[in-house]
Amino acid sequence: MDKKITKESKGRHENGSQQETPFKNLSGFHIKSLYAPEDISQFNYETDLGQPGKYPFTRGIYETMYRVKPWTIRQLGSLNSPAEANQRIRQLIQMGSTGVSICLDMPTIMGRDSDDPLCEGEVGSAGGVAIDSLADMRSLLEGIPLDKISINFVSNSQSSVILAMFVAAVEERSFPIERLTGTMQNDILKEYQAQKSYYFPPRPSMRLTIDTIKFCSQYLPRFNPISISGYHLASAGATPVQECAFTLANGFTYVEEGIKAGLSVDSFAPRLSFFFKVHNDFFENIAKFRAARRIWARTMRDKYKAKDPRSWMFRLHTQTSGSSLTAQQPENNIIRTTIQALSAVLAGTQSLHTNSFDEALSIPTPRSEKLALRTQQIIANESGVINTIDPLAGSYYLESLTNKMESECYRYFETIENLGGVISAIEKGFFSRTIADSAFKYQKKIEEKKRIIVGLNEFVEDEEMDIELRETDPEFERRKVADLINLKKSRDQNLVKNLLNEIREVIQGTDNIMPSLVKAVKSYVTLGEIIGVMREVFGEFREESIY
Amino acid sequence: MTQGKRIRILIAKPGLDGHDRGAKVVARALRNAGMEVIYVGLHQTPLQIVNAAIDEDVDAIGLSILSGAHKTIFTKVIALLKKRGVPKVLVFGGGTIPKKDWNGLKSMGVGEIFTPGSDTSKIINYLNRTLKRDKNV
Repeated sequence: MDKKITKESKGRHENGSQQETPFKNLSGFHIKSLYAPEDISQFNYETDLGQPGKYPFTRGIYETMYRVKPWTIRQLGSLNSPAEANQRIRQLIQMGSTGVSICLDMPTIMGRDSDDPLCEGEVGSAGGVAIDSLADMRSLLEGIPLDKISINFVSNSQSSVILAMFVAAVEERSFPIERLTGTMQNDILKEYQAQKSYYFPPRPSMRLTIDTIKFCSQYLPRFNPISISGYHLASAGATPVQECAFTLANGFTYVEEGIKAGLSVDSFAPRLSFFFKVHNDFFENIAKFRAARRIWARTMRDKYKAKDPRSWMFRLHTQTSGSSLTAQQPENNIIRTTIQALSAVLAGTQSLHTNSFDEALSIPTPRSEKLALRTQQIIANESGVINTIDPLAGSYYLESLTNKMESECYRYFETIENLGGVISAIEKGFFSRTIADSAFKYQKKIEEKKRIIVGLNEFVEDEEMDIELRETDPEFERRKVADLINLKKSRDQNLVKNLLNEIREVIQGTDNIMPSLVKAVKSYVTLGEIIGVMREVFGEFREESIY
Repeated sequence: MTQGKRIRILIAKPGLDGHDRGAKVVARALRNAGMEVIYVGLHQTPLQIVNAAIDEDVDAIGLSILSGAHKTIFTKVIALLKKRGVPKVLVFGGGTIPKKDWNGLKSMGVGEIFTPGSDTSKIINYLNRTLKRDKNV
């Protein structure tokens, strides 16, 4: 059988396309022409899969999966101004969204206020919302039924401050914070590895993350204080197996840091959540999710001695692949997104974000955003794939691929371990280098037509497709800056100074920073001011520019 | 650029955004094509970029922008190059830059824009062609 494959690989694909090595998935695994019982000869249903909702959760983390509750349809509800984002969230709820993700604009992501000179031209950028103070958070959440919709803040290095503002705004509405659901992305490890929106060195950043985890385990028991994210690793170029392995390794690092900080594993591990990308290779995506669930369950139970089954569950939000979208023939992206979304559903995701087809060109329009949401509703209501739980289990190919994904992850864990663990591997540039290598190899394959992307390197059309793009409000930045300057002037300046001094003192010690942050934001101390003090105490991180 | 000297390119990620996949892929492709590449990395201000371009005596500056801040950033970089007396340094860009903004950017002095999905060979050919032509003038 192997000989035959070698012959096929050298020749043309049977469908006549030019791909030279079509039988490899994105992780580089060689795919055989046929899978049969001998490929999973060691297969044991109970130990390898288990029933849905049962250890090791390969078939899904819930017993009933989508039969009782479909996945959360979680689209992006952010636009430059908090008030506009609020309108957008209301529209999404009205269209049937059951969750919403809030992206921040670049200044907020980088811990700077809208009036910071470094932010000129970027206020409200990247389709994100500008959050300077509690006033913005209040306006963002106004009238949103927090008991009906869960909010996911795509917030990382600044999460402690955003969480403080969220708590302060919710308390004003007399909504009991212990009932708050939702997620703070708050995954700083992947910032150093891929997303690069870091401010401080890894170790103080980790301390802030652990402070938020502790605070949530005490006061917000239904809120996910972290969403450990592979998505950004994959966007930066990590292959699916690298995404899977690095994300899990990061997850275990947070577990270890939590334990080191004195928390019992079962007091916080049930609230750790994850975020993956689904890329173009359909079965590889599904194998990735299954392998991740199994590895997480086994490691949490056996290595970290978690006793609560909820600590073993790999709960997952998924987004279709932004980096798979092409600027060329953009409507083709609708189809890509549909296939990716279907694979996420067949893989048992808890929540899903489908991208809009025009995202390689610009911030999406309301029309393209609606189409993305409807894609999920069509899969949920029309395709029939949700009628039975985990319909693909037992497939020779899929189970074999899942095993391979799992064993390759363990090889990466060993590499990372040999480098002294995740933080040390970050400091040694391992992730940046590995991911840059993968990104470059992928680009070469496309340019050499070893991987075909329709409309990009094959079936290319000279004529450009004309699509409508979103216009951004050129006056927004000026208004936002003026509002913020007024707000800053109207505060009790001595109080602001004292609150910032309190923050400085707490972060120089070891107490949890969260109570002081909640107190400060209530008096309109801004995000940029708080992060500014932290920069002075913690210092700034600079990465060697590896390419 | 003097005869026989290798083309020197500065690649930078201006502004606050950290999506550096495109910048890094292009930097490596240009290096593999025999150019001298100075990748100055993330979060560069226009002033830092122009200072680095002068210090490194580059022939061209490539800016990768995916945040939508391209108009502000290109305007500042080009104005600074003029102010510092090096207006001949070629400025080109890449990223999510909508076509409707291209004319404005080009009339301001941006040489070329490469959107996501561009072949790196297209960028290499463009630089070879443009920088050689300038040299002969």
